[in-house]
Amino acid sequence: MNFVIAGYQLAPVLPELVLAVGAMALLMLGAFRGQGTTGTVTSLAVVLLIVVGVLVYMQPAGKHVTFGGSFIVDDFARFMKILALIGSAVTLVLSTEFLSDPSRRIFEYAILVLLSTLGMMVLISAGDLISLYLGLELMSLALYVVAASNRDNAKSTEAGLKYFVLGALSSGMLLYGASLVYGFTGTVSFTGIAAVATVSNVGLVFGLVFLLVGLCFKVSAVPFHMWTPDVYEGAPTPVTAFFASAPKVAALAVFTRVTLTAFPGIVSQWQQILVFVSIASMALGSFAAIGQTNIKRLMAYSSIGHMGFALVGLASGTVEGAQGVLMYIVIYVAMTLGSFAIILAMKRNGQAVEQISDFAGLSRTNPLLAFMFAMLLFSLAGIPPLAGFFAKWYVFVAAIKANLFTLAVVGVLTSVVGAYYYLAIVKTMYFDEPAGKVDPVRIEVRTVLAVAGLFNILFALFAGPVVSVASAAAKSLF
Amino acid sequence: MTTWPILSVTTFLPLVGALIVYLSRGDDEAAKRNSRWIALWTTLITFAVSVVLVMRFDPSNPDFQFVEKANWLATGITYHMGVDGISLPLVILTTAVMPFCIIASWKSVTNRVREYMMAFLILETLMIGTFSALDLVLFYLFFEGGLIPMFLIIGVWGGPRRVYASFKFFLYTLLGSVLMLLAIMALYWNGGTTDIPTLMHTAVPRNLQTWAWLAFFASFAVKMPMWPVHTWLPDAHVEAPTAGSVVLAAILLKMGGYGFLRFSLPMFPLASHDFAPLVFTLSAIAIIYTSLVALMQEDMKKLIAYSSVAHMGFVTMGIFAGTMQGVAGGVFQMISHGIVSGALFLCVGVVYDRLHTREIAAYGGLVNRMPLYAMTFMVFTMANVGLPGTSGFVGEFMTLLGTFKVSIPTAFFASFGVILSAGYALWLYRKVVFGALVKPQLASMKDLTFRECLTLFPMIALTILFGVWPKPVLDMSAASVQQLVNNYNSAVTAVKAAALLQ
Repeated sequence: MNFVIAGYQLAPVLPELVLAVGAMALLMLGAFRGQGTTGTVTSLAVVLLIVVGVLVYMQPAGKHVTFGGSFIVDDFARFMKILALIGSAVTLVLSTEFLSDPSRRIFEYAILVLLSTLGMMVLISAGDLISLYLGLELMSLALYVVAASNRDNAKSTEAGLKYFVLGALSSGMLLYGASLVYGFTGTVSFTGIAAVATVSNVGLVFGLVFLLVGLCFKVSAVPFHMWTPDVYEGAPTPVTAFFASAPKVAALAVFTRVTLTAFPGIVSQWQQILVFVSIASMALGSFAAIGQTNIKRLMAYSSIGHMGFALVGLASGTVEGAQGVLMYIVIYVAMTLGSFAIILAMKRNGQAVEQISDFAGLSRTNPLLAFMFAMLLFSLAGIPPLAGFFAKWYVFVAAIKANLFTLAVVGVLTSVVGAYYYLAIVKTMYFDEPAGKVDPVRIEVRTVLAVAGLFNILFALFAGPVVSVASAAAKSLF
Repeated sequence: MTTWPILSVTTFLPLVGALIVYLSRGDDEAAKRNSRWIALWTTLITFAVSVVLVMRFDPSNPDFQFVEKANWLATGITYHMGVDGISLPLVILTTAVMPFCIIASWKSVTNRVREYMMAFLILETLMIGTFSALDLVLFYLFFEGGLIPMFLIIGVWGGPRRVYASFKFFLYTLLGSVLMLLAIMALYWNGGTTDIPTLMHTAVPRNLQTWAWLAFFASFAVKMPMWPVHTWLPDAHVEAPTAGSVVLAAILLKMGGYGFLRFSLPMFPLASHDFAPLVFTLSAIAIIYTSLVALMQEDMKKLIAYSSVAHMGFVTMGIFAGTMQGVAGGVFQMISHGIVSGALFLCVGVVYDRLHTREIAAYGGLVNRMPLYAMTFMVFTMANVGLPGTSGFVGEFMTLLGTFKVSIPTAFFASFGVILSAGYALWLYRKVVFGALVKPQLASMKDLTFRECLTLFPMIALTILFGVWPKPVLDMSAASVQQLVNNYNSAVTAVKAAALLQ
């Protein structure tokens, strides 16, 4: 395949083109055929995401650059893109029930998820600050609308508005940082910046800090996490599952790429920022979650903590660290999707229940569901032999190699605090008296749960191949 | 014939059994009966397979045997299993104790039997794996994984304060272990591998030795448990169901001692030597202090739990003496304590099943109604005291002997433990078994049933057998212990010689 337009190779962006055209076509379908097509549009959107995933997978190995270096496809990008596509597709599958309600027949939902995913893919492949910003905004603008998709619900609209206002602020900061970096290096391309930014000067560091602020907001790292609990709680549960998975993959990917490829010359400058941010995220994620009674709010704090752990790998600034981030995000996505499948499955008399006390005695009313959730929670706590342990192993092993001992010790200690609130849910499910029967679980939720649960429990068996793929992807950044 | 992976089979058989229990169907009563029988047969077959291990084991070879190696994670982390003279006795202890645990829970556990049996079988896999893993990551996987089933066993089938006890058990142990995890990572970068046999022959810089020793110590001291981090143990013991207490006392506590023998001494000999006085002090305090605390207990299980801490004090003391007698005695004491304390908890379970209280004051004069029980309980009480002729004596004597060569004050203070243990153990025995049978609720107590005899009598036989003829256990571990002690002493003397030259 050899498409060339205006002197630029189009083969590397083929998956993105397919996704964009497909999203437009589905938009036309919905717009001309009305809200009755919601189900069709959603299913076609899932198919489209799978097709794009296959296209990404089939792209030739190695590094391909187009649009004058602003779009990079390497092993790292492919790895992250497939993961983001899986996250989007699975959350669309999980949304079918939400969308089947007559009052919520909104076909635009799937279109917005597709466009947001397109933004993620651009973001992951960004090779300069312009395409970074383009991808980030495309992703975020779609997300703001999706957060408010439950129009008649005050909490959902509040979540959307809050996310929008804070997100716009952070985009502004990121843009300010990008302009400072451009001003002090004279280029927007990451490789160009890397060539110039070998010694730190005040202006460059200022730009770097603002850039990192914007990225920290997107991964919801402390101290830019304030929106997370409210948005997670207010947004409809399938949307929350989406927020917690795919956008986090993309944001973490671009975070990794920017720090490692644009600023490798001034590692010590951003390393101290990341060490602080990850310690603060891990600590807040662990301690603030203890008092939560709403499971979605608890998952919000849990995800803040997990982003802190992922950033531990990034803070080490090495190949091992990048590999740790990749391993962490793969396992994190599996754990998160599994947990949200459980939260979606928790219904009594057709009503979704979200309080932790509603899980009481689940091990007797629905043993399999309780077992799967318990395993996911132990995995989130990082207890071996479950997947979560391997995630923590790879980020901390990188931190130890980079001599970040304080970070590692604080990290594992906060993981013990975190274990407490995960255990508290296991306790509610296993030790307490049943709070009543739960409804039968829908087939698509059950499928997602089975896949994610088995991935978690049996990860130790196929960890080897995952590690080697992640290792190859990490090496492509250096 | 010798090609089948016998060690992996031993390790993962119980897991297969757990799967079969899960897949077994039937109505309520039938399902309960089925899962009991499947669990019992699984543990028995596992034991039979582990006997093959003993038969094929070459006691004159100090190195790892039945070694299996396969690719697992990327560079340097492999699936590596094997046993030597130090771990094999513990593997056998595990497989031997498990059938008794299943039989002991036959009648006393009536709700959620299927899950209960599955938890125990999964726990067995993890325990055997801990003792036979030859890769640090694999070891950690098994070592920490055991927390999950044990947490559920205490929390679901435990006593009134089970939630508190299970949380305390889990978080205490986790807190110790995560620091060890960081030390494992540091060793990984130092040696480029997490292969235990390779790391045993990799020099570790002095500075790293100190920190890594402390991190490993944090984990194993909690697991052991050593004073002052022992407080989770009485709670866990009191709340756990009988079989849970047995597993906890007989096997889980041995992981700490095993860890010291497998990692601290061979990998960080210099740090072990430097910190030996610390361990001696903590052990001596543990022996005297917890014995005194045991004297004050009103709950039978709590008393035995504190006596466990005291007896583990002898083990740590012997191990860090670094002498042949001390280390061999430590290994023997672990096996002996595994049998004796497990049996003591079974004895408590016998009366608890009848009266549903563990309060010492609620009993008295049982000898009048339960002569067989009185006899059984006496044997184990005597073994707990360390009476010559029981297995308890051999371990305590050897560890004291080994320590005496290194530190006379430690041995001096530790020997008070022998006297104090006689105090609390005999006091417990007198209160529960002797005296007049005046309490009306005791009048209808039945003596040991056939099922209970089945669990207790083999343990009596072992206690007395190892008491008069400890040779089988000592021979099995001798070569490996000798190699361990030699390596340890040569490393320490080399440094001392270097210091003299300067």
